[in-house]
Amino acid sequence: MSSDVSVAQLAIVGAGPAGLSAAVSAGLAGVRSVLIDAGARPGGQFWRHSPDAKTGDPKLTDLLQTFESLVAGEVVTYLSGKQVWLIQNPATGGFILQLNNSGTVAEPAPHRVIRAERLLLCPGGYDRQLPVPGWQLPGVMAAGGLQAMLKEHQVRPGTRILLGGTGPFLLPVATALAAAGASVVGICEANTVAGWWRGCREVLSAREILAGKVIEAGGYLAKLAKYRIPYYQGAVITRITGDTHATTATIGRPDGSTIRTVEIDTVGMGWGFTPSMELVLAVGARTRVDVDGSLVAVVNGRQASTVPGVWVAGEATGVGGADKACCEGQLAGLAVAVDLGIKVDAALAVRLQRKIRSWRGFGAALHRAYPVPSNWKDRLTPQTVICRCEEVTYSAVQDAQGELGADSPRLIKLVTRAGMGWCQGRLCGFAVAGLCGNSSVVDHADLAAMSARPLAFPVTLGEIADSSE
Amino acid sequence: MPTSDVIIIGAGMIGAACAYFLSVQGFSVQVVDRGGVAGGTSSAGEGNILLSDKEPGPELDLALYSQKVWRGDLAEFAPLYEFENKGGLVVAAGQSSALALTRLAELQKSQGIRSESIAYDDLPRLEPRLTRAAISGVFYPDDAQVQPMLAVTHLLRLARQHGAKVTTYQPVVGFAAATAGARDVLTTSGRFSAPIVINAAGPWSGQVAELAGGYLPVLPRRGFVMVTEPQPGMVRHKVYAAEYVSDVASSDAALQASPVVEGTPAGPILIGSTRERVGFDRTNSLPALRALAANAIALFPALEQLRAIRSYSGFRPYCPDHLPVIGEDPLVPGLWHVSGHEGAGIGLAAGTGKLVAQVIAGGVPDLDLTPFAAHRFRRAA
Amino acid sequence: MNFQIYFDSVPIPAEPGQSVGAALTAAGITAWRTTRREGRPRGLFCGIGICFDCLLTVDSLPGQRACLVRAAPGMKLQTDGGDDEL
Repeated sequence: MSSDVSVAQLAIVGAGPAGLSAAVSAGLAGVRSVLIDAGARPGGQFWRHSPDAKTGDPKLTDLLQTFESLVAGEVVTYLSGKQVWLIQNPATGGFILQLNNSGTVAEPAPHRVIRAERLLLCPGGYDRQLPVPGWQLPGVMAAGGLQAMLKEHQVRPGTRILLGGTGPFLLPVATALAAAGASVVGICEANTVAGWWRGCREVLSAREILAGKVIEAGGYLAKLAKYRIPYYQGAVITRITGDTHATTATIGRPDGSTIRTVEIDTVGMGWGFTPSMELVLAVGARTRVDVDGSLVAVVNGRQASTVPGVWVAGEATGVGGADKACCEGQLAGLAVAVDLGIKVDAALAVRLQRKIRSWRGFGAALHRAYPVPSNWKDRLTPQTVICRCEEVTYSAVQDAQGELGADSPRLIKLVTRAGMGWCQGRLCGFAVAGLCGNSSVVDHADLAAMSARPLAFPVTLGEIADSSE
Repeated sequence: MPTSDVIIIGAGMIGAACAYFLSVQGFSVQVVDRGGVAGGTSSAGEGNILLSDKEPGPELDLALYSQKVWRGDLAEFAPLYEFENKGGLVVAAGQSSALALTRLAELQKSQGIRSESIAYDDLPRLEPRLTRAAISGVFYPDDAQVQPMLAVTHLLRLARQHGAKVTTYQPVVGFAAATAGARDVLTTSGRFSAPIVINAAGPWSGQVAELAGGYLPVLPRRGFVMVTEPQPGMVRHKVYAAEYVSDVASSDAALQASPVVEGTPAGPILIGSTRERVGFDRTNSLPALRALAANAIALFPALEQLRAIRSYSGFRPYCPDHLPVIGEDPLVPGLWHVSGHEGAGIGLAAGTGKLVAQVIAGGVPDLDLTPFAAHRFRRAA
Repeated sequence: MNFQIYFDSVPIPAEPGQSVGAALTAAGITAWRTTRREGRPRGLFCGIGICFDCLLTVDSLPGQRACLVRAAPGMKLQTDGGDDEL
């Protein structure tokens, strides 16, 4: 059993922009780390790439080059295809991580237990979803899932595609799908570009970010024109229909009026992002509710959480995108080095802190510009599936709220099973919390309760029985 | 001025059962909880309504009475909370535990508990996936189960229909003597007043007693439950090992784990049980989960490949003598403690609620409550 | 470099590094699981290992996430029997 246990100065969970940047920054400072990631290749959800095609992002190419040399030099031990299903922080100090295979790597390294003195959590996030009638039909996917299929797996997920939700992320998904030959029949953006522009102007401190983002947005809008993709602003997908597969979708106004119904074979949806918080909660770090309604970790100016020895970087400190995540990861890597008594470039740390402040400001402005419309519930019908795993309908939730007096997401979950299935509320948690929105008792504690997962991922009883410390 | 006839502190299973039976009797009832409905022990168990694990004595008498109430007074509501007469199978792995099991079943039979001895060759008929290492078993047809959160919410709903009020997210912060014969319960944002106050705060009822100037030595005993991916049909009854009974009755503080495995109407398999005295420590425990997994696999080898998708933990409210408390505090007239049901609170709740309503109405209870009296405990000098 | 995998015995082309979910999608197959309550078809949803909607049996191992599992030559996929009555 002891051969399964590896000991490290630092364990980093997640090899997306934050985790990869952290491993490189800490490694260059001389910190030996173990980097654990569920994916087959480093890069996370943002830098998804196929084995032979590079993403074309020079930032990733640079990072990967340094990363690979650190791996070759045995400064970084990279464990791909592994997920952390449990973290313990024993009273004796340090952290014990239990690992199992995610399925992305055919023959992953045999590591099952990592003991680390320090822990850096970079768990990233995933598309936030809101239920809409028909969203359980095959052919309806998360916008990020469509993008992953294209970027990582070289498959065009459909031929006639409608995208809906809110936020700038829908634009690159649409243009990438169109570039791959799909007919993107429309983007339903619940908010407006004008709102985005107003939001951007709020963050004058982030002028350099602003300039880059305006150019980026301009580029996407030009591509929308090139591919003739209709961009419906202030519009939402109100209904998806089909028998065993999605065949039509209705584009409407938030007030319920219909703009048009379109024939589709694929729908992609995304309402911003939800950070993965189960590991942050598992170590007992303090959390807060961010501008966008997401539960995020409380960190100080050095990315340190409220638990000694635990740092957090990337989406889990506040959804803000890859640039923010890179800066936070890099800073966290330096902070860990400092914690180990290693001298680092203090001026670099200060520069990173300034950048992080700018990116956070920009992120907050985006969240204010692309809010989840408060009236999203109006589109639900009694039969609309709220929890996909346990097939809990809106009427079941309403019954629980009404006659059973379920006044919190926790109680709705306990009496309806919404959030009790395979995904453990990752998909419906935000919606269920939102359905309690009229009640005064939905608060940080409720969100935290819905995001806590003592088992972070499914694990066989055999693996649990064989686990060691 | 009294705001109701009775105040019940605690919106869990015990509080809900008391609220139901009192309000049906015509009492005006105010339930108050520091958190949400079923926020404590009620949502951290398996919903057991068991006879098989009780040795003859006052708790078994209460369990038998409570079964009658679940199946009688509450029969019409059974489908609302998934009352399932699933039956319990207790299995023995060795000759000595088989003997002990048979002896217990004989004793229980004399108290009116039905059971059937199951020989080695007949075990697969009841549980096809059970380990062949089990040499014999006893089947208890009357072991049952409810979905406890639905039981709590529905009994509170029915109580509300009879006029009860349920106030949540208001922690009780103090007590005060009000006008003659009534007592004030102060919460963070309000004040309730009634001649009778029922302390049904489960593992926290000792703290409530203390706030009122009373005494109740109820302590938490932590337990973990693990839930698997849906696998209908793999486990058909509630199945546990004969050692479970001795662990339930033990007072050991260290981690004890005895396997309890059962299928549910919703599909997932529930795996218990662990017992630890660690205060209100909510830290996840790999040793506890590991023991649960290993024990469950020993009972059902096919579970090895099945995945656990979640786990939860909670605190059983227990008294030093492992008996519930149902009675008035000798130091605080009008304060009734209804607590200490340990891991059997769901099963014992229906009977407890009905008996409490009977005595508060001034009647003679169907079951002698003397063994459960609050004055059996004395504060250490 | 392309190879074949099998879905309920039907050969499907796949590429190295591709998830089995992507290979199925490319072959026009978008549903391979039936829900246990309503008997409804399901396939990929989140596409990144979060939602567990795309579960199937891979080389006799049930409950695998099609969006994560990488296709390998000769791999045998089956609609998931994980929820069936035993």
